[in-house]
Amino acid sequence: MDTTVAKTGTEGKTWGGGNKPLNASYGKMMMWFFIVSDALTFSGFVAAYGFSRFKFIDAWPIADEVFTHVPFLHGVPAPMYYVAFMTFILIFSSVTMVLAVDAGHKMQKNKVIWYMFATIIGGAIFVGSQAWEWATFIKGDYGAVETKGGKILQFLDTEGNRVALADFTEHIPSAREVHLEKNGVWYDAEETQTTFTFEEVKAGFLANDNLLVRTQYYDENGEPTVLSREESVAKIVNDGKLVVEGANLKHNEYGHPLFADFFFFITGFHGFHVFTGVLINIIIFFNVVIGTYERRGSYEMVEKVGLYWHFVDLVWVFVFTFFYLV
Amino acid sequence: MAHEHKLAIFRGTLKFKSNVTKIWGVFVFLSIVTIIEVALGILKPEFLTETRFLAMKLLNWIFIILTLVKAYYITWDFMHMRDEKSGLRRAVVWTGVFLICYLILILLIEGDYIYEVYKNNYVKFDF
Repeated sequence: MDTTVAKTGTEGKTWGGGNKPLNASYGKMMMWFFIVSDALTFSGFVAAYGFSRFKFIDAWPIADEVFTHVPFLHGVPAPMYYVAFMTFILIFSSVTMVLAVDAGHKMQKNKVIWYMFATIIGGAIFVGSQAWEWATFIKGDYGAVETKGGKILQFLDTEGNRVALADFTEHIPSAREVHLEKNGVWYDAEETQTTFTFEEVKAGFLANDNLLVRTQYYDENGEPTVLSREESVAKIVNDGKLVVEGANLKHNEYGHPLFADFFFFITGFHGFHVFTGVLINIIIFFNVVIGTYERRGSYEMVEKVGLYWHFVDLVWVFVFTFFYLV
Repeated sequence: MAHEHKLAIFRGTLKFKSNVTKIWGVFVFLSIVTIIEVALGILKPEFLTETRFLAMKLLNWIFIILTLVKAYYITWDFMHMRDEKSGLRRAVVWTGVFLICYLILILLIEGDYIYEVYKNNYVKFDF
């Protein structure tokens, strides 16, 4: 077995790996300890998400209402299906990875190549899906109004269906000139403008008697509170300030901005792991193809990247539960 | 040697003939668990969302327990923790589980405390 492991220059020394403490090679054990530390980093993120959610427990967005889109199915509300698909892709790529490790143990080079290839494809599909999910989330859905206190007001008709801003906004003609860098010494570029101004949304809201406002706070039944027409008008006129379309790190039309922040940070950090996992898998894939491990007599390197890849899947299992299910 | 795999899952009730069939078996099991999770997430049966156990909805308990079950089988069978020496297994699993439980406990209690203070505008409990 000694000849099968890559030489580290520390053979024979107790902690150099030559003696295989715990019967695991140096590289494999260190991969495990890296995974432990990385798991703690992710737990820090997820626990911080839990902290903020408990802090604003009566006003946290419902994931089912946020992630309702499936590619190529416009306007069909389908909560959960796309994330479920992503979960399956990742679990399946874990399966092909572990099959590659198994084929490596049996020194079947061609099988390792094909299983590694399938794993890389699965990872790429997952990263692509996540990019799409981000784009949809950033673009937004119905649009909302933010109050002076930073709370989100969404619009409903009297039947309780969500209404998009574009459906009732009244266009108010206004002359708006953009200040350019050449006009001034102390120049700051303006932020991206929303499609409608708050005044336009307000005018449209006042003109349509069948529109109601829904706040982000839950009532005693656990549903977001819907205000009566009088309360809605008062809320918009007195407290409304901004139009919010989609989500970024400061504003989030679906509810509390922290929800968007944690979504970007946690799925982004996980997506970064998937991305690096795909890169490492590609490197190992080419090493398998050119026969590096065949000559070394051991496919243990495939096993080590396999550990990392399964860990990425493991993290997704938790992200899936805490972001989309609970 | 890393070539030897323990081929039984569910505490020995289900034995597989080879490592490859075990991998597919575990995949089928994980898929079933995921399908159950997704189905419950879409349907949200009322008796599960109404009933609470230890301050949490029954449905959320089910989700968290199923997640831990999935995590167990990914670690034990895909990452081959089942085949490692118990020393390595404990060094990895106990460390992680202990620290994560501690972190979650502390942060969730703190978050709930701040929520109560925001809501009631006074100190909830004084040490």
